[in-house]
This record gives sequence, C-alpha cells and structure tokens, in this order.
Amino acid sequence: MVRADFVIVGAGPAAIAAAETLRKTEPDKSIALISRENIPPYSRMALPYVLTGQIDQNGTYLRKGQNYYKDRDIKIYHATVTSIDAGQKLLHLESGASLGYGKLLIATGASPVKPPLPGLDLPGVEHCWTLDDAKAIADRAGDGANIVLMGAGFIGCIILEALVACSAKLTVVEAEDRMVPRMMNTTAGNLLKRWCEKKGMTILTSTRVTGLSDVDGKLKVDMDNGQSQIADLVVVATGVKANIDFIAGTDIEVNDGIKIDHHMQSNVEDIYAAGDCAEGRDFSTGYWSVHAIQPTATEHGHIAALNMTGRIAYYKGSLNMNVLDTAGLISSSFGQWQGVEGGETTESLDAENSRYTHLAFEGDRLVGALTLGRTENIGILRGLIQSRTKLGVWKDRLMKNPNRIAESYIANTQL
Amino acid sequence: MAWAGKLLRVDLTAGTCVSEPLNMEWAAEYLGQRGLATRYLMNEIDPKVDPLSPENKLIMATGPLTGTNASTAGRYSVITKGELTGAIACSNSGGFFGNEMKNAGWDIIIFEGKSDKLVYLMLQDDKAELVDAADYVGASCWDTEEGIKAKHGDQFIRVASIGATGEKGVKYACIVNDMDRAAGRSGVGTVMGSKNLKAVAIRGTLGVTVKDREKFTQAVIDGKKVLADNPVTGSGLPTYGTQVLMNVINEVGALPTNNHQDVQFDGAHDISGEAMHEPRKSDGKPNLVSSAACFACTIACQRVSTIDRTHYTVKERPEYHKASGGLEYEAAWSLGAATGVNDLDALTFANFLCNEHGIDPITFGATLAAAMELYETGVINDETTGGVKLSFGSAEALTTMLEQTCKSEGFGVELGLGSKRLCEKYGKPELSMGVKGQEFPAYDGRGIQGIGLAYATSNRGACHLRGYTIASEVLGIPVKTDPLETEGKAGLVKAFQDATAAFDSAGICIFSSFAWTLDDVAPQLDAACEGEWSTEKLLEVGERIWNLERQFNLAAGFTGADDTLPARLLKDAAKTGPATGKVNELDKMLPEYYSLRGWSPEGVPTGETLTKFNLS
Amino acid sequence: MQKTLHINVDDCTGCYQCVLACSDEHDKSFNPMKSRIQVFKFEDEGRFVPYTCTQCDEAWCQKACPTDAISVDANGAKVVSDALCVGCKVCTIACPFGTVNYNASSGKVIKCDLCGGDPACAKACPTDAITFVNADTAQFDKMRNWAGKTDAGTQQSA
Repeated sequence: MVRADFVIVGAGPAAIAAAETLRKTEPDKSIALISRENIPPYSRMALPYVLTGQIDQNGTYLRKGQNYYKDRDIKIYHATVTSIDAGQKLLHLESGASLGYGKLLIATGASPVKPPLPGLDLPGVEHCWTLDDAKAIADRAGDGANIVLMGAGFIGCIILEALVACSAKLTVVEAEDRMVPRMMNTTAGNLLKRWCEKKGMTILTSTRVTGLSDVDGKLKVDMDNGQSQIADLVVVATGVKANIDFIAGTDIEVNDGIKIDHHMQSNVEDIYAAGDCAEGRDFSTGYWSVHAIQPTATEHGHIAALNMTGRIAYYKGSLNMNVLDTAGLISSSFGQWQGVEGGETTESLDAENSRYTHLAFEGDRLVGALTLGRTENIGILRGLIQSRTKLGVWKDRLMKNPNRIAESYIANTQL
Repeated sequence: MAWAGKLLRVDLTAGTCVSEPLNMEWAAEYLGQRGLATRYLMNEIDPKVDPLSPENKLIMATGPLTGTNASTAGRYSVITKGELTGAIACSNSGGFFGNEMKNAGWDIIIFEGKSDKLVYLMLQDDKAELVDAADYVGASCWDTEEGIKAKHGDQFIRVASIGATGEKGVKYACIVNDMDRAAGRSGVGTVMGSKNLKAVAIRGTLGVTVKDREKFTQAVIDGKKVLADNPVTGSGLPTYGTQVLMNVINEVGALPTNNHQDVQFDGAHDISGEAMHEPRKSDGKPNLVSSAACFACTIACQRVSTIDRTHYTVKERPEYHKASGGLEYEAAWSLGAATGVNDLDALTFANFLCNEHGIDPITFGATLAAAMELYETGVINDETTGGVKLSFGSAEALTTMLEQTCKSEGFGVELGLGSKRLCEKYGKPELSMGVKGQEFPAYDGRGIQGIGLAYATSNRGACHLRGYTIASEVLGIPVKTDPLETEGKAGLVKAFQDATAAFDSAGICIFSSFAWTLDDVAPQLDAACEGEWSTEKLLEVGERIWNLERQFNLAAGFTGADDTLPARLLKDAAKTGPATGKVNELDKMLPEYYSLRGWSPEGVPTGETLTKFNLS
Repeated sequence: MQKTLHINVDDCTGCYQCVLACSDEHDKSFNPMKSRIQVFKFEDEGRFVPYTCTQCDEAWCQKACPTDAISVDANGAKVVSDALCVGCKVCTIACPFGTVNYNASSGKVIKCDLCGGDPACAKACPTDAITFVNADTAQFDKMRNWAGKTDAGTQQSA
C-alpha cells in the first residue's frame, strides 16, 4: 500500500498552497495530492476567462511550470476518494486502491447544487464549474444566443460577465429581491441591476424558475411570474455545497463545511481542512463560516500545512470579502458590511455614475464595507478592517465623506 | 501629441457640450493656453461686449506641456474679457486642475452664453454634462470642492469653482482650484458667476503623450537640473516661497506702503518669509507648516501655513485651526504693507478667507488701502464703514472688512467694487493705485523704474506677471540692471513681456523663468510638440500674442492714453530708501517702448507689425 | 544586496514627479491613473505622502492570484505578468495596503515592480523623499513597520 507523510485531497488553491508550504518546511517528507480531474491543478476562478477566450486551458493552471510539482517532489494522483478510515489513517479510492497518510488535509472544494426542478438534466443546461462545463457553454453561447442564467449570486455574476462578453442575449433570474444578495445591500443590488439593464440584459429578481422543458430543440424556461422564456442555453448558478460526501462514516464534525479550529484541524486528530469545503473562523464574528474565496483558501492551506508539520500556527480567521466585475461595474464587499449592533454606518451614493461606498463601523474601527464603481486602493478596506485600526478623527471624516478611505488609512499609518 | 487636439464648447444657454477639433494652425502660431485661447476669444466675441453679458465668453485653457512631467507643467489659464478691467483677462493657476483637464483629453474649454440656473460642468474624460448646482448656491470654494468630490464619491476629481463673491458680482472674484490655487486677477470669477457657472469638476484618465519620448525625457531632466542648481528656484523659493522678496524689496525701497504713500514698511520683517519660519509665542510652532508643489513642479514655492490658535481671528473658530495655503509675497504685501498691517496671523487668516471665498487678495488689499486713505482723509467716515475704523495698520479693519466683502455685506459691498470704482464713487479717482482698472501688485514703480513701464503697458492692467523685470532690476536675472535707471528698460520690458507670453502659452509656470530662459524651454517644447520649436520661434509667438492682446484692448476701446500710471507715482517722489526723491519716469520709456514694439506714437500696432505677425 | 524603496514623508512636496515618472516608465504616457505610486495630500495637515507597494514578505497579492500571474523577481519585487493576469481583481482586495490596482483600460492589475531594480520614481524625486536603498540599512520605513504590526492574516510561533 502506498503511504505519504502528508496527503492532500483536492487540487485547488488551498491544496497547492498547503503542498508548497509543506515542501518548504519539510523538505524530506513525502507529499501526495489527490486530484479528481485528470488535468494539472487549475483555478476554477479562471474559468470564466476561458469562456471569454482571454486565456486557454493552460492559463487556468495554478502553477505554470511543466514539471512544477515533480521538481518539488509533490506527487499527484488522479483519483477519487470514496471514504476515510480515520483509525487506520487510510483513504479508500474509487479504483479500489487505498492510500495511507500521516496527516491529512481535505481541500476538496465545493460543487454546484442543482435545485430540484424538472428539466435540469436536459442538454443545454450547464453549470460553469469545470473546464468541461466552460467548454460546453462556450459552444452554445455564440453571437446572439439566448441565455438564461439561473442565480445572480456571486458565482452567477462572475459567469454573467463572461456570457455578456460572448455577445449573448442574457436573462438573469434571481429568487431573492436583489442581485448578489450576500455581498450587496438593496442600494447596491439595485444599482447593479440598473447597470445590467442598461447593458441590455433582462434582470428578473424575486423570480424563480419553476421548470425547464424541450421545445423544438430549444429550452423553455418557466418562471413563477407566469412567464416563460425560450433559451439556447441555461446556466445554473444557484449555489454550491462542500465536496465532503466521502467523509461520511467518520466522526468529523460538519456544518456547511468541515468545522475547523484556529489551526485548521478538524475535531479528528491529524485531519485538517482548508478552503471552500472548510468552515473556519470568521475574522469579523469569531463564528464559523465558509468563505469561498481564493485568499481564504490559500491562507487556510498555508496555516494548515504549518500545523501539519508540528509547528503551531494560529489563524485569526478569514475576512469575508469579494470583488466582482459585472459587465464593467466593479463592486467589492468586506467583512460586516451589514453593520453591527451599536455600530454606525455611512454611505455615499452617486447613482448617475453608479458609484457607491458604504462603510460600517464599530466604535472608531471599520468592520465592513461595500463599494460600487470604485477600484482605487480598495484593498485598504481589508487593511483597515483586519488591522482593527483605530481611526480617531478620521472616523468622523469618513462618516462625512466615506470616499476618503485611502487617506484615513494612510494618515493613521504613515503620518 | 502634447496637445490633446480637442476643444470642448459648452453652451450654457442651451445646456449643451460639444467637442470640436482644436485649430492646429492656430496652435502652431499661438502655442496654447494664453495665446491660443486669446486667439479664440478674439475671433468669437466683440471686444466691446459687456464682460458680464452672455455675449462674453470664458475660456479655460491648458498649454501643450500641461500634464507632462516637465517641471511646473501643470498650469492652466482663464481667458475672458475681464470685469475688473474691461480688458483682455488671462489669469493663470497651478495646482492640479490643468493637468486633470489635459488628462481628460481637452486643451481648451469655451463657456458661452448664460445658464438659467446655477450649474457646474462635470467632465469625466469624454463625458461632459452640466449638473444642477442648487446645493452649492452661496457656497464657498472650499465647500463646493469638497461637496462635489463627496457627491461623486471620487477624491481624485479636481474642481475649480467660484465662491459667493463670484455669484454676487464682487468685481475681483477668482476661480479657485485645489483649495488654495487661483486664477486670481481681473475678475475672471466674476465673469464665471455672471454665466451661472459655479464650478468645473474634472476627472481625467486618458494620459498625455509627447512627440519624441526619449528626447523629451532628456530635455526634462536637463530643465530640472537648471532649476535645482539655480539659487532662486533651487533654494530661495523652496525655503521662503515668493515671500523671500519681502525684505529684499523693502530694502530696495520699492515696497508700496499705506496705499503707495510710502515705499518702505516698518513692519516688513514681521510679515516676511523669514518671519513665517520663526516660532510663535503661543505654541512654539512657526506659521509655516510645509512647502508644497503644484503638479510636476520641482521648485515647490507654495506655502502651507497655520494661524496661531490663540489669535483673535480664530480663537472661537476651530474650523480655521487647520493648515492651508499660506501667504505668497503679493498677498502678504497687499493685505499687509499696502494697508500698513504687520500682524502675520491676521494676514494668514485673511489669505485663508480669500482662498475660501474666491477673491483676489491683491485687489482686495489695495482697495482696502485706498479706502483707508479715503477714511483717514475724511472722505468717508464711520457712517460709511458701519463704524469700523479704517485706519492704516489696523488688523481688525482688515479682517472685518474682508469678511464683509466675502459676504457682500455692509461696506464690504463697496469694497467689492475694486479701488477704481470705489475711488471714483467718492470723487477721488487719483487714490486708486492701478492701471486700466486693476490694482498694482507689490513693487513700486518709483524704486524700480522698469516695472512701472511694465505696469503701464500690461495688457491685463497693472500686473507683475506680464513682464517681471524685477528679475533683472533687483535679482540680476538674467543680467543685473539698475532699478533707478530708465535707459534700456523699454527693451527689457518688451523682452520680458514677449518671453512671458511664450512661457504662459506653453503650460509652464512663469516662476521657472527665474532659472530658465526660452533656451531651456524650447528643447522641451520641441521634443513634446509637433513642429519645430526654437527660441526664435517662441519669441515670435510671444510677440504675436502680445500684439493680439493689444488688438483686443484697442478694439475694446482702450488707447495709448491708458498706458499710464497714477499721478502719485509720476509726481510724488519716494520719501525714503534708495529711491528717495524719485518718481517713475514713464515718459522717458514709453515712446521707445512703442517704437520697439512697432507701434505708432499713439500706441497702435502699425500695419507692418500686424502683417509680420499675421494679425492683419 | 536587496534594495527597497525608502519613503521620507517629511521631504515630500506633493509634486507628482514620481507619479509621472512611473506612468511614463510603465505606460509611456503621463497619467496619474496609470502610476504604481500615488501621492496623497493631507490638506488640513499640510502633508504629502507618496504611497506604493513595499514588496511585503506576506505577498498577499501573490497568494490571492488564481492564475499564478504574480511572481517574485530577482530584486524581491512582486511582479504581475500581463500575459497571465486575467483581471479578476482578487489581488486588489487581498492586498491590505491597497497597492495593487485594477487598470480598466488594459483589463489587468498594476503594481509597483521596482522598475526591474532601478525605480523611476526615486530618480525623479527632486527632494530625495523617495530613495532606493539597501534593505538592511536599518531605515525601514513606516509602512513596512506597520506591515509587521498588523494582525491581518497569520500569526506564527515556533
């Protein structure tokens, strides 16, 4: 039986960050990485850009060197894990083989969920999750194609950008009352909706798809507003769930993902988790939360790896944040933009130019932010929140004019 | 290249914004900014129009170097028929507004007509729109700038605006950009106010390119080195700003004091650049906080100051406890020596107010000085002034009257007329110290003869920035001439005037000319702009511009008789200092000046001159 | 010897020569929007602060990049490859200093790359407010100090 000191299930950003940190800290130990897809580790986030033709498949690879993993003695197995034997420290694979581990990191990411609706198995209904999905979409999303996008969440909107770039006619159906409800308040969501409509898209919020059917080789999309739409392609982006079916039968504690502590370890010794499949500490709230973004994935992977080597690395928690480019309108969200109890919020809105800044404070510290139409120095919002900078007089200045973000940070750190 | 090649025409009556190609034939003849915009104005308006009528136009213009990294290349100018003077007005400002305009892809913006309500122009690259400015009616320049930035959620927007003074018709309202930079003179802000145009807000992201990048890079490096190595631009101005001059000019005996009754001021040191460095008693901190630069400027002459928090002007007003644009020499003189006030904090406060509310400190100080003389001679009294004692030397009179002028209240309404109209109103026109309706700046024509001729012939009324012979007569740049001598001054004035017109039209700051000659400017322009730009060509362009401006003024109704100085400078001899016993001997210089210009003895360009410059 | 940009805020006059040199170097145009270094003006304090990437050891931007477009060059600079960058902007929110910015006209992100070891900003600065010095000459600037103090992300103890 094959065994490795460190085994990583998954081949996304968390997995690669962990493998690299492991190799750096433990030059002599064996590292194995198990990838379900039979291609080099790639970035799902880059898929929309394959769709637009901006990059080819190679462009999605997380590391570009041909022998990158070989050179670092990181062994990659293309296999699917079916179950874990935590007692024996064994992974059982679909092929029937098994793999022993010293320490295990689960970084299997998440997969899209299909809502339980009729017709979602018809040809022309796609997710945008794998390279194959992206290729399938690209095949159908030609000039003037009618596309219905189910779900205007974060992932939906990333795909939306790519679909618009394909010059397709796009209808977006979102069950909630606004676009990207998890990263936008009503003001921002509506600004975004208006922006999309100005770009020629049809945006239906508070609307649900009730079912799909085949009509003369095209897809008929029925909705709960009583209308229906004929489409060449339906892209489903209605949510994801962690890829952790294979841990069934273990004692690993699970909520929306594998619950991990400040050291990225699950409740089962020597089993760690990182990235989209893990529910780690939220920097802002101190509670558990899945933050399905690359920065969290790589931080998780890095910290997990350090702890797996016996070093003690403590993670203060990940900051929930996102950035989105929706047909040219760039939005970002950070931390507790909804505001906190006893805190204050402020905002500045230039609806005509689709510029919006919304800040949330606790005392004189920034705890959350939302922006639309702003790209300059937006990382500073993360810096302000995560360094828990006491803003002093700048709190009032920001309350008066929330756009002085960079100044407030620089004044507090440089002057 | 260098030029953006585009002009924005804003019809305030119709509410439209239209892009036009820039007239490149004119650009080849007039370069840009001052010259090119004057060409447009001359072609598009009747010089006889009422400056405040919709028929007048207001032009904002950059030069070809504006927006590049040539040192000091961030300038823009406002060209119009001036309300204070009725003559061609061209007011130049630094800061970061000019660069933003060029970066948005525009060389020139022409405002015409009159809006039926207060508006501002929002210009984001190609996107231009007039926006309702109801929120800013009566707002100060500071509040307007901050308000517009906040409203559009963009701190990178640059704003040039007028205060309530411009809306209410104070005759010497400025257009203030970047909080404390201003197109200050001749009432260009008043014209802007008459058009119901509150502000111009710009965000440019397109970039500026030059013809030959490699050559330009070297020319710019060479130019920066000349500035750095020169004692004035490399050391004097960065350390003291233009305020380096206060003690110097006082010693020369050319610091006009108490409305030009004297030429030396006892309190000169108290209000000098040196004094701005001295720690004050209350908190041990100096007036001066830092030196600041306009866009691309490697000199950094701008003063940033604070007011003593215990001073009577701000003790109860914490909003003025911040740092802001400090005293330049001209403002320190007009608010100080001209009025006999030696209170540095009062002057700094007054300077803040001028920036905040958008009025020209030179004309205000000089007008107050004239009013003080009217008061001290009994022509006006406490009843006229609302009980304020307008005595020379009274800081309280200065700050009280300035606040009234900024608000157009009380006697401030009359001070808002400028000294010419004020003195005429009280039957004492001879007490207005200026030329063509515009007040003198900070040098006395008796102690420095050449500057007297420069004032008398300046196309925008009395002004030091149309031919700064102080450089030669006092500082020895490029050669030292005797300030008390008249011989050779006609040629000196003409040379300065022509070169200055070229500097202004290039988009650079005239202060660079303390170190640069046109020989330093030409290689930068030549590398940046289409065509060939030699020193000779620039002199020709400068002289062409001077003649064009002259043509405008003659058509507006001015004659050679207006090329004169107040009787006080021509008849009342200086009482102290090196110039004791001297008057300005304008009559010895003016005929030669006309002759050198190729003008008739009446001061009219001859046909030959006009043909030479393609002006017939 | 690794060199680093040293910024002395007290000497800055806010002239933008660094900004212009940077955009000229990288974009062949004078355009503050294309500069990797910015100058912030503090009106009420009368102060100016040049601000750019410190090439921090954490390399937040690099770790956040999904396409391996950010790498470390021989000078220790985190460098963006235009060929690999897809413009996803994740690095722009990941960098807690806000010194990686999206450039809409190219569709890529831009950040300071130390000009391959000869930074144009330092050469253009007329007051030596920006200098390019040996990293170990003790004069660590305020921003790097701050980077050390911030508790963003990880804490590690042996």
